[in-house]
Amino acid sequence: MKPDHLQFFIDPSRCIGCQSCVQACTECDTHRGDSMIHVEYVNRSLSTQTVPVVCMHCDQPTCAEVCPADAIKRTADGVVQTARKPRCIACGNCVMACPFGVPELKLERQIMMKCDMCYDRTSVGKKPMCATVCPSQALFYGTREQIEQLRPRSIPTNRFQFGKQTITTGVSVMVPRDGPRPEVLDVTAAMDTEPATRARSGASRIPGLEVLADPFAEIEV
Amino acid sequence: MTTPLDPRIDSPGREGLTGTARSSVYEAVTDRDQISLPPDGRSDSAQPAWRGDFPIDWPADHYVARRDFTRFLVLTSLAFSVGQWWIAVQQWWRDRRGRPPLKRIAALRDVVPGSVLVFAYPGENDPCFLVRTRDGALLAYGQKCTHLSCAVIPDPERGVIRCPCHEGLFELGSGRPIAGPPPRPLPRVLVEVRNGDIYATGVEERTV
Repeated sequence: MKPDHLQFFIDPSRCIGCQSCVQACTECDTHRGDSMIHVEYVNRSLSTQTVPVVCMHCDQPTCAEVCPADAIKRTADGVVQTARKPRCIACGNCVMACPFGVPELKLERQIMMKCDMCYDRTSVGKKPMCATVCPSQALFYGTREQIEQLRPRSIPTNRFQFGKQTITTGVSVMVPRDGPRPEVLDVTAAMDTEPATRARSGASRIPGLEVLADPFAEIEV
Repeated sequence: MTTPLDPRIDSPGREGLTGTARSSVYEAVTDRDQISLPPDGRSDSAQPAWRGDFPIDWPADHYVARRDFTRFLVLTSLAFSVGQWWIAVQQWWRDRRGRPPLKRIAALRDVVPGSVLVFAYPGENDPCFLVRTRDGALLAYGQKCTHLSCAVIPDPERGVIRCPCHEGLFELGSGRPIAGPPPRPLPRVLVEVRNGDIYATGVEERTV
């Protein structure tokens, strides 16, 4: 059973996109060759910023709610386990339902597989593999006091808003301590707002650097 | 105010965080039967009954109440005994019904050797087929495959009856299964020739 005082923290701003976590996850013997973590680009055309995606272990797991075969279970320590092999029918409902985009369908093996916070390791007191290899500690596994001491300028939050659905997760995401700190992180609203980027805002924040033309703008012939 | 912690993750007393300590160094987590909350956030008593049958929590999923198990045993054995009685009653009815009436199928001269004729016997919804082999013998069987009731296709040239659904094969001479999934022989329709006409006189259901 995973110790209660050890928690998973994701600090997306520290992610450097090195794919170490993906490699480490791929080498695990419980799912050799498949990575349960993936590194996503936030907005590939505007930025090189990446973000690691692991299972957030929700209090109300949407994947388990929509599972018609009753295959996704949550253990008493709050870890949402990967699909039970005898039950999973590879229908892909969980893949569609998960707001974080975590579950992946392995069609050739007819099963869904997802991150289970390295349950074989965390249940015996070890860290998840991705957190042990992350060079910038964008993935951190430890106590809450530790992360608050290590990251004095950010604060962990674990409440997200997706449309009308509010999700409380077991995994926390670090957000800046100063600035507006809403009760929940409204993810869908953040997708609609235009980021204040150098290229699009019309004026370069770096003096002497020309504003880049939008590479995806339509060209008049 | 708590004492400041050493932020280095491999400081003494925090070896567990580096992945080297046994789980016994941590205090045991108390077992919680139910930690997941239903999406509407209402209490368990306000939830529909099916939530109790499909719990998300692992401990609740593994829990079988004695009452539920007893109910399962009683209902299952009841269903089995009712089924046995139902089979006995059906058998009794079948024995009382007697042989079906005669029915003329065709004139013998219309059925040339090597041809196949489809007819219905004893009822309108009991498709059968009649085969006249090259040497003149008359063979008639029910057309429903004994596997999943697909229509079988006789092949007098090869001396087999083939079911296209799952590649079941029957012997033409006896109607017995020789390959594929069919478990029983096809029901044989007894035929007789009287005054140059072919009549069906009865159906022989066979188990082996």
